[in-house]
Amino acid sequence: MTETVAMMVNGRAATVTVDDPQMPLLYALRNDLGLTGPHYGCGLSQCGACTVHVDGNAVRSCQMPVADAAGKTILTLEGLGTAERPHPLQAAFIAEQAVQCGYCANGMIMESAAFLAKTPRPTEAQVRDALVNNICRCGTHPRVVAAVMRASRG
Amino acid sequence: MNAITSRRSLLQAGGAMLVAFQIGLRPRDAAAWTDKAVAADEVAAFLSIDAQGAVTVFIGKVDMGTGVRTGFMQIAAEELDVPMARIRVVEGDTALTPDQGPTYGSLSIQNGGVALRAACATARRELLTMAADRLGAPVGSLQVTEGAVSGGGRSVTYADLVGGRAFTLKVDANAPIKPPEARRIVGRTVPRVDIPDKVFGRFQYVHDFRLPGMLHGRPVRPPAMGSTAEAVDEASIRDIPGVVRVIHQGAFVGVVAETEWAAIRAAQQLRVRWSDWAGLPDQARIWAHVRATPVAQVQVTLDRGNPAGAIQGAARRVAATYDFAIHSHASMGPSCAVAEFRDGRLTTWSASQATHNLRKQLGMMLGMNIEQVRCIYMEGAGCYGRNGHEDAAADAALLARAVGRPVRVQWMRQDEHGWDPKGPPHLVDLRAGLDAQGNIVGWEADAFIPKGAGGNVDLTAAELGGLPRENQIHPGNIIHNLALPYAFPSIKTTCHRLDTTPFRPSWIRTPGRMQNTYANEAFLDECAAAAGADPVEYRLRVMPADDPRGREVLERVARLANWQTRPSPQRDRTGDILRGRGVTYVKYELVRTYVAAVAEVEVNRRTGDIRVTRFFCAHDCGQMINPDGVKSQVEGNIIHTLSRTLKEELTYDRSTVTSRDWGSYQVITFPEVPEMVIELIDRPAERPWGAGEPAAAIVPSAVTNAIFDATGARLRSVPFTAAKMRAALQGA
Repeated sequence: MTETVAMMVNGRAATVTVDDPQMPLLYALRNDLGLTGPHYGCGLSQCGACTVHVDGNAVRSCQMPVADAAGKTILTLEGLGTAERPHPLQAAFIAEQAVQCGYCANGMIMESAAFLAKTPRPTEAQVRDALVNNICRCGTHPRVVAAVMRASRG
Repeated sequence: MNAITSRRSLLQAGGAMLVAFQIGLRPRDAAAWTDKAVAADEVAAFLSIDAQGAVTVFIGKVDMGTGVRTGFMQIAAEELDVPMARIRVVEGDTALTPDQGPTYGSLSIQNGGVALRAACATARRELLTMAADRLGAPVGSLQVTEGAVSGGGRSVTYADLVGGRAFTLKVDANAPIKPPEARRIVGRTVPRVDIPDKVFGRFQYVHDFRLPGMLHGRPVRPPAMGSTAEAVDEASIRDIPGVVRVIHQGAFVGVVAETEWAAIRAAQQLRVRWSDWAGLPDQARIWAHVRATPVAQVQVTLDRGNPAGAIQGAARRVAATYDFAIHSHASMGPSCAVAEFRDGRLTTWSASQATHNLRKQLGMMLGMNIEQVRCIYMEGAGCYGRNGHEDAAADAALLARAVGRPVRVQWMRQDEHGWDPKGPPHLVDLRAGLDAQGNIVGWEADAFIPKGAGGNVDLTAAELGGLPRENQIHPGNIIHNLALPYAFPSIKTTCHRLDTTPFRPSWIRTPGRMQNTYANEAFLDECAAAAGADPVEYRLRVMPADDPRGREVLERVARLANWQTRPSPQRDRTGDILRGRGVTYVKYELVRTYVAAVAEVEVNRRTGDIRVTRFFCAHDCGQMINPDGVKSQVEGNIIHTLSRTLKEELTYDRSTVTSRDWGSYQVITFPEVPEMVIELIDRPAERPWGAGEPAAAIVPSAVTNAIFDATGARLRSVPFTAAKMRAALQGA
């Protein structure tokens, strides 16, 4: 039995039809809506690679059932900004070259964007604490912190 | 329109992306996939120029998140005098790129880039000869600007000269390259070409690659690593819509479904009767297990003088054993691949660091002529050695063959941590003799490490499915750097190559060089302490006189860290928080990149918590192509290795890996990352050496030396956990 879930995604109405309403939102975004900014990293809310905003909050889409997204406003990395109109964090990540493989970058940027919205003038220590549950294996941490600080300075 | 085409359209539509690089071409038709030159002695293997003057670089080394793609573009742009925006790069496609060996060993720029530079220099010389003829002007009078050659008042473009036609030239390794003073692109920091797409969510990782009609597969791995599937109950997943097929061959079990979620559910829910197996050693007794493992081969890597006699007769003798835990690659993105059979031929898209070798392995596993197999590289999550990507490609190939449609496989987190090949356990015994002045008169090292070198790590699907494979172990060239770069009067370093190791081994960033350097440099610090000598001065004392670059990195890092000359440990060891500093040095493989480091640590005497607060590094890899790219690699080496040094350790019971997620296999977090101060030494007139690994080699020893300086207690077992620290403090 299929179920249709309607939500706002990156400013547009979107619907997905699923066999299983417990399917995590991540798969709807990646496979049904073609939004591959969020990545599967662990499926356990441990690494942050799948982070999106749901009604303005940073959420791990790998564990949120798609049914729970019904009627919600979803923002993904693709909707945060574009090359023509980059979000300050995206511009800062480029300026600081804060990416190696970039698999974690989605989570770093989306988590930081939600954090900066609530804490617009953070200290570096606050930034590090805000990202404590975001894993990076390449070792871009100092550049990510520098990028978030740069973005916070506007 | 296929996925690659739409990707290119997207890039073009995006506008801001200056350089469109393409990571793979789909075969145009059955006959097309070997019509391009790929022999590594042909210019055409590396380079083409189309009718619009766009340059395509074909390279066997791949960008696994290191930024080396940008470096290759800089090299080509420099030697050819074309703008970087006019260059695209095709990487690791067996039908299109030369086989330059796997992307490992910090050789992408050192070997791959230098080969590309020679091909570009050869092409440039040919183009100038052609232009001189066309323009009626001598070669020496010609100028090249943005791919246009001018002379005698006229100009002609590369496109006019060769556009659309393949070069038919052998690479001349001696073709003149640009001298340092003429370079405008190489040697300067250039922003990486991939980063904009990665921060806007437009980058296409292999994980994002889709083919028309593609299905989703998941392997179902045995709960015990050596068990086999005795029975598979297909009815157990009948209620899941979209399941296409269950594949079962020996211990290889997989499911294929129309959607990714259906495949995931099916893999979780499928009932399989597995045989019992408990063949792993007891983790608590792993080092006894290593010592009891039969030795297949003894390799002496350095033998000078009579160290045994010298140690016997020495005024003072020092001995210690160092061990280094089993590590997972623990890739950020679980391994992923897409496989397609069409007209009896197989194509795979994967993040393999060794597509040319993968092609041979898939051919062997499937009983196919390798001409019928094409392996295409697409970037995945950061890769620091042979992880699971090749295995995912083998899974996808088996499943795609069974269902006759393209299949995408992505491992789940527990597959990645559980089934990626592992960095093997590494054990080193050391003995030294000191004379009355504290000088080392004899040094002996014995490493107990698995046999094998680089090579093809067997594919898990072949192993589980009982399909053809080489059946050899290949942990990487882990004997390197057991020999030391110091002028000890007598020394013998011996590698006892073990016949087996508990987990399928492979190389993880700085394989062997890291573990051996850790043991040597920490033990050297023990000798310095026994001699009452300052650790920097003690190293400089034995630095060979004919190696000024080694001396320079050590002296530079000492200045950088404001090193205070005194012996370790520090005298004032009062209070709860103890602070210390440690120095370390490596000459990578004794022939290339020089690195020296100073770590500063704080140790909480009560909790045993270790915090690395600052890390200083001086780095000489010869010529740098993209200095910020080198810096980024050095930072990554330090942070990744701090994670391995302080936290990472595979855990297992007698049947399987038990550290199967980020909770049980912990890695470094943001608050744990130290301040880093890095000094890069640029030598534009020298050859370029690797930077992707050498700075990792010095991290564990720098940390244990700093801990000793702070506390007087010596940690000799990686990872340096708080529990080990507390135990060492009690014993100190």
